[in-house]
Amino acid sequence: MANMKHETVIGLEVHAQLLTESKMFCSCPNKFGAPPNTNICPVCTGQPGSLPVTNKKAVELAIKTALALNCRIEPSSVFARKHYFYPDLPKDYQISQYEQPLATGGWLEIEIDGQVKKIGITRVHLEEDAGKLVHVGAARIMGAEESLVDFNRTGTPLMEIVSEPDLRSPREAAAYTETLANLLRYLGVCDAKMEEGSLRCDANLSLRPAGETKFGTKTEVKNMNSFRAIEKALAAEEKRHAEVLAEGGQVVQETRFFDDVTETTSGMRGKEFAHDYRYFPEPDLVPLEPPAKWTEEIKNGIGELPRTVIARYMKEYELSREWADFLVYHELTGCLEGALKIYKTKPFNYARWLIVELPSFIAELNKEAAEKSNINKAKSELPHPWVIEDAAEKAAEDNYKKNIEVSGKSLPKLNLTPAKLAEIEKLIDGGTLSYKIAKTVLFAAIKTGKELAAIIAQQGLTQISDEGELLKVAREVVKNNPRQAEQYKGGKEAVMMFFVGQMMKATKGRANPELAAKMLKQALS
Amino acid sequence: MTAHELAARLAGRKLSSAELTRSFFERIKKLEERVKAFVTLDETGALAQAAEADRRLKSKEHVTPLTGIPIAVKDNMCTKGLRTTCSSKILTDYHPPYDATVVARLKAAGAVIIGKTNLDEFAMGSSTENSAFQITHNPWNLAAVPGGSSGGSAAAVAAGEAVIALGSDTGGSIRQPAAFCGVVGLKPTYGRVSRYGLVAFASSLDQIGPITRDVTDCALLLNLLAGHDPLDTTSVEAPVPDYRRVLAGGIKKLKVGLISDLMGNGIDREVKAAVKKAADLFARLGAEVIEVSLPTLEYAVATYYLIAPAEASSNLARYDGVKFGYRNKEAKDLISMYYSTRREGFGAEVKRRIMLGTYALSAGYYDAYYLKALKVRTLIKRDFDRAFDRCDALLSPAAPTVAFKTGEKTDDPLSMYLSDIATIPVNLAGLPALSLPCGFSRGLPIGLQIIGRAFDEETILRAAFTYEQNTEWHKAQANV
Amino acid sequence: MQIDVEHVARLARLGLSDEEKKLFGEQLAAILTYADNLKKLNTDGVPPTTHAIPLKNVYRADKAAPSPDLPAIMAGAPDKADRMFRVPRIIE
Repeated sequence: MANMKHETVIGLEVHAQLLTESKMFCSCPNKFGAPPNTNICPVCTGQPGSLPVTNKKAVELAIKTALALNCRIEPSSVFARKHYFYPDLPKDYQISQYEQPLATGGWLEIEIDGQVKKIGITRVHLEEDAGKLVHVGAARIMGAEESLVDFNRTGTPLMEIVSEPDLRSPREAAAYTETLANLLRYLGVCDAKMEEGSLRCDANLSLRPAGETKFGTKTEVKNMNSFRAIEKALAAEEKRHAEVLAEGGQVVQETRFFDDVTETTSGMRGKEFAHDYRYFPEPDLVPLEPPAKWTEEIKNGIGELPRTVIARYMKEYELSREWADFLVYHELTGCLEGALKIYKTKPFNYARWLIVELPSFIAELNKEAAEKSNINKAKSELPHPWVIEDAAEKAAEDNYKKNIEVSGKSLPKLNLTPAKLAEIEKLIDGGTLSYKIAKTVLFAAIKTGKELAAIIAQQGLTQISDEGELLKVAREVVKNNPRQAEQYKGGKEAVMMFFVGQMMKATKGRANPELAAKMLKQALS
Repeated sequence: MTAHELAARLAGRKLSSAELTRSFFERIKKLEERVKAFVTLDETGALAQAAEADRRLKSKEHVTPLTGIPIAVKDNMCTKGLRTTCSSKILTDYHPPYDATVVARLKAAGAVIIGKTNLDEFAMGSSTENSAFQITHNPWNLAAVPGGSSGGSAAAVAAGEAVIALGSDTGGSIRQPAAFCGVVGLKPTYGRVSRYGLVAFASSLDQIGPITRDVTDCALLLNLLAGHDPLDTTSVEAPVPDYRRVLAGGIKKLKVGLISDLMGNGIDREVKAAVKKAADLFARLGAEVIEVSLPTLEYAVATYYLIAPAEASSNLARYDGVKFGYRNKEAKDLISMYYSTRREGFGAEVKRRIMLGTYALSAGYYDAYYLKALKVRTLIKRDFDRAFDRCDALLSPAAPTVAFKTGEKTDDPLSMYLSDIATIPVNLAGLPALSLPCGFSRGLPIGLQIIGRAFDEETILRAAFTYEQNTEWHKAQANV
Repeated sequence: MQIDVEHVARLARLGLSDEEKKLFGEQLAAILTYADNLKKLNTDGVPPTTHAIPLKNVYRADKAAPSPDLPAIMAGAPDKADRMFRVPRIIE
């Protein structure tokens, strides 16, 4: 028994907050980080007599996701009330979808060790988020003397994506969630920040003897706040199941919470209250029957899906997998394609700006800003996803109040356009700027918002390609370094590098490197 | 005096709204001790609204047929800043942060809201005895109930404590008290009037409507209430005719069906006779009267008492002591706070229906009770559809009896439920229906119910107006 | 008909006295027995009616606006602290 081989079966329920301007059923701003109970109204606090009205954009974003997940959009879906009493749920029921969800039967392809695997999607449905509880006197609910409720998050549009039990390892589960998160970001439906709670994940895990077709007893694992946590939590739970089975025991069907610190899962103390959600069709809302025309429009708006784009970039643009991924998931494809349309050069050149140079420039700006204000910036104002450092992320999560105070002091948005990117490449190719100078120029243009030409003119940064002028400098350099000149003439060609460096120094980096070498050779002959 | 009569005097500046409003508060002070129609009176607010109305009347700007007219509002419609109790302990001190759409419309029209009327707690009841605060009495006989749940509104209008009033109707809560108090009450088609701000009892059945002294006032008030509201998804974007203009025109050739299923056993003999007489008058006035049968009506009460409590159990979950209303402050933990708050905050009938509804929705019983009831609801709807293939309007008693004695049915919920037999089917089908006086029995008014096609309030108002013009019942006054 | 009154009351978070439990048990049984009349009707293939008037696809545009009713919402809270609604200790 102890050595019996088991197969792990995992299904995931992912909840994604949708990027709408207003809440699911009322006009309150859908915004993270406001002071407690400021984004609330009669509807989202469940005041007697108030009624929900569905946000069309939320339906659109869910349909968009469902289509990208190859789901069938149900001709008619309905909202239902799910009942349970809890202080963060103002009506003591959640408006969700139950028997008739928005979409069913799709799949998502994930990649594990170079192998593509299709994971079934059972359903995609819409619901409203609950509020937030703050426990007073303890970090967690246990031991707290009292709790405080903030309804700002209540009514945030939430999309639930349920997978088939097709995942076979914690790694696959993490890969699935990450792929899904990337897709949601790419589609612009969710910012998918697990640490912030805009993407949340619950898992059902069970083990069964290899070869068995029936499922074993499952447990539900909650409280996994990062992709890493998903893998760790499920690995811990997998191990626990295996141990229970190895000892000849039986797994108890229950909900278990993952502890990030101990990296173990634990069940709820005492007997679990059997839930009876008493779902019934929401009488205050009417069925969703998306007309084919609308669905078609949404479908056309999706364009190429990440996997297709990545494949194309690797093949046509000869980019590495990592670079293609980066461009796609950081929403940089528009910038790249735009620049290519304006000025055709090797896509690699543009990609290098976007992937290598800009992040380091932003990091520099971040450092400058941090030195200035000595405080981390509020994340919502930042221009690109990679700008956010882990520390800032944690700070925001731990104490969003503090973040509100500093929200005024954030970076200006990067004004980098495809046109600027195209122009800078053109200037390099035309010999006007060296790569190094181009970097200075582009960063200065971004920082000041000025045109490239203005920066170049202002700082006199044009590359020197005049042969006569360069020859003059070359002669000067040779004259000042007689020893090295002797060495070169004696056959030590490597000394040329030294002379080029001297040329650059003398021209403050503005010498065209190729011409500089040519003129040096002339001066040395 | 009716609103349309008073409006002419107000417009002619023979009377000011302030004078009119004060005279109503004087009358209320005299009568209220006996009738107990109001939970909350707002004399200060009303006089301010009256002064504003007088300014409008004087300048002749934004004058509507209801400008300056004192109106009573059932206490389950939210009035911003003015407490809204639903006659429940759990909302004793609830001051809504917003106005119901109908209240906002009344205010915009310049009507003067004099106060909030008593009801069966959360509109659950047929006698206004289930109020946490007081029992309302029938102005025609103080020992009798005014009907319910809009008993306060109906009694206020019948006693002359308000010119007109708003009621809400989930299973007959406008029509039955209107019948018991000898006034006109209309439940519009589901979706005709916004429910936004009406504290929900059973969301798929609730509808707000007018309670008035005559059909003309009913049409005037409906003009103001009807129409699409973006805040209520279930309110319908359908054209709203000017109901007052369509009242005249008679009922010649109108096909009227007398519902035979509501003229048999269980219906009081004198009530039946009065309704039969009314049907005969319709025929004499040129209508074509036939008998129709809707065999599924006998299942309507059972259907209703599964669907309505199920929705109610859900709608009333939010009264948990967290966000608003009453809380038991002694409770040391959340769960016991829930239990004690709801035990102390709700009355017996509300608890009974929460229990019934929770049961009907619970695991293992959903299909047998709740889902079954939804299917029977379809059959009842189909029965009405068939009847309306042959008829333009249907007639029946509004209630099986005249007003019963206070305390007579309180110990037997089922028999109380069965007294809604004539009105309940109409809510299940979502149709418009009104009740108007058609006789007396033992000194108490009898109500005639006229049911119309969905969104055809026009026809039933015209039929009612024609009947009213040819009878004297509406002229009788309760002598409190 | 036997009804687990305590279970139903627990689902509804409704505190009931022993008297109420007994009374409601009897009354609910009577009402449900009456409701069993519905079983006489054949409803095979009959769709359920959840809305009296059938509507579909009613939406609101995604426009955010702060609520003008905000101050009054907190004002009505039975207990509050730090701009939040306060509830007693939560024991599961």
